[in-house]
Amino acid sequence: MIPTPLIHSVARDLMAKAAIEIPEDYLTGLKAAADTETGDLSAFVLQAMLENYEAAKEDRRAMCGDTGVPRWFVKLGNDARIEGGMVALEEVLRRATAEATTGIPLRPNRVHPLWRTDHDNNVGIGAPEIEYGFEPDGDWIDLITVHKGGLFGTDYRMLFPSDGIEGIKRFYLDSLVAFGKRGLACQPAIIGIGLGGSKDICMTLGKRASTLRVVGSRNPDPGIAALEDEFKDLGNSIGMGAMGFVGSNMVVACNIEVGYCHTGGLPMSVHAFCLSSRRAVARIWPDGRVEQRTDPDWFTPYQRRETVDWPVAKEAAE
Amino acid sequence: MKEIRLSTTPTPEAVSQLALGDIVYLDGLMYTAREGVYMRALEEKANIPIELPSESAANFHCSPAATIREDGSFAMGAVTATASFRFAKWLPEWMARSGAKLIVGKGGMSSKDYKDYFVPNGAVYLSTVGYGTGALLGRGVERVEAVHWNRELGLAQAMWVIRCNRMGPFIVASDLDGTCLFERENAKIADNLARVYRGTRPATLKRFGETDDRTDEVIG
Repeated sequence: MIPTPLIHSVARDLMAKAAIEIPEDYLTGLKAAADTETGDLSAFVLQAMLENYEAAKEDRRAMCGDTGVPRWFVKLGNDARIEGGMVALEEVLRRATAEATTGIPLRPNRVHPLWRTDHDNNVGIGAPEIEYGFEPDGDWIDLITVHKGGLFGTDYRMLFPSDGIEGIKRFYLDSLVAFGKRGLACQPAIIGIGLGGSKDICMTLGKRASTLRVVGSRNPDPGIAALEDEFKDLGNSIGMGAMGFVGSNMVVACNIEVGYCHTGGLPMSVHAFCLSSRRAVARIWPDGRVEQRTDPDWFTPYQRRETVDWPVAKEAAE
Repeated sequence: MKEIRLSTTPTPEAVSQLALGDIVYLDGLMYTAREGVYMRALEEKANIPIELPSESAANFHCSPAATIREDGSFAMGAVTATASFRFAKWLPEWMARSGAKLIVGKGGMSSKDYKDYFVPNGAVYLSTVGYGTGALLGRGVERVEAVHWNRELGLAQAMWVIRCNRMGPFIVASDLDGTCLFERENAKIADNLARVYRGTRPATLKRFGETDDRTDEVIG
């Protein structure tokens, strides 16, 4: 049984870590971008960002004043049991979100869409989102918090098989340029592309591709991995950099995730994470052990399974 | 790049010397105002709670990561701007009312905005950097002087009055000729776009409603 008070305290720590500490994989990617940046204004911006990460860590203050819309991804091993059950889990995640908002502090971004009511704690109807995944083995729980910005850099389009790769490229470029102008997407960023699924899942796939995969990860399908490389280079050949200034870095990584879709369609979503790429992860075991990391490791073979029966599919792949 | 320290109640001469791409650090009082404050002041005709522009001529399009502690004191961590183009609806009237000389935000406005009401008011636009250098800007907050309308608008939309001490960096994104830094950059980038788009294909199904052409067949 995993104790709920422990989940609560780990969740609070993760909220602070996500807001304050730039993940190492993204930092490495951004430093590489800064080293190659050819635009003088863009290079100044990247240098300022690198100084900003240091200032945030030194002062223990959030990296960015817009601390995004905090959300949770929870993954459970098949044998994990939570003290008080899933309702108790959701309560402590909501409580940790509210406490971190005043404690760190974060910006209380969450408001009612029509009445603009603000509880000043980032909690409200459907907020924070809590999404779940499962793994066949293990008695642990993974807590992942992501604080992604909410306004720019994301778009969806229903394409069709006849649109093909050329159509996918077009919508990818359209999205990068539209939100890259004036730097609305806070690039250079990890770009996530969702292909397939139903409309809502297409958005989810792209969002997870940008927020739950690290810089340097690759899709296991070699054809998709090749597209990831090609799309990264394509994005960086636009001639646009940080803040939409002339430059050579828009895309720190391009991650593509797919899901099976309607035979007549090719739904596509594009998501830009941001210059703060806020995510933090911890695994908690029933004996009280806690291991923090920055790689959500969400897209396991189980998450990408293609067949009905998991053990059979696993053996077939081996 | 040229670095300048600028007062938040700048002289006309100091504003006139700012050039596109200059890096600015601000000293003095600055207030946050975005849609919530604009609607309350301009549409609901509420009295603006500070003396403008004598106390501050710098309007920050910002909601800080901040809270009011139980004892009434303030905790302000990171500070960054929000995208300004959404506020063009209110800015001409706000500028006339507030006498703002510095609009500080994210992403700038159009050169038409600059020429129509920034230049006649002797005002320029300063962009935050990044986005966003929230921790660096947070270090430039010497103290929070006051927060107004937080009960009516919530903390994110409230009017925060902050004392800046070498707060920055900001980039000069418009000048008194109404020239726009972002449009200048976009024009340079546009030259290359045709090459990047070569070999791509426009979507088979178009989106209705993004132009005012109501006869658009959408397909094809």
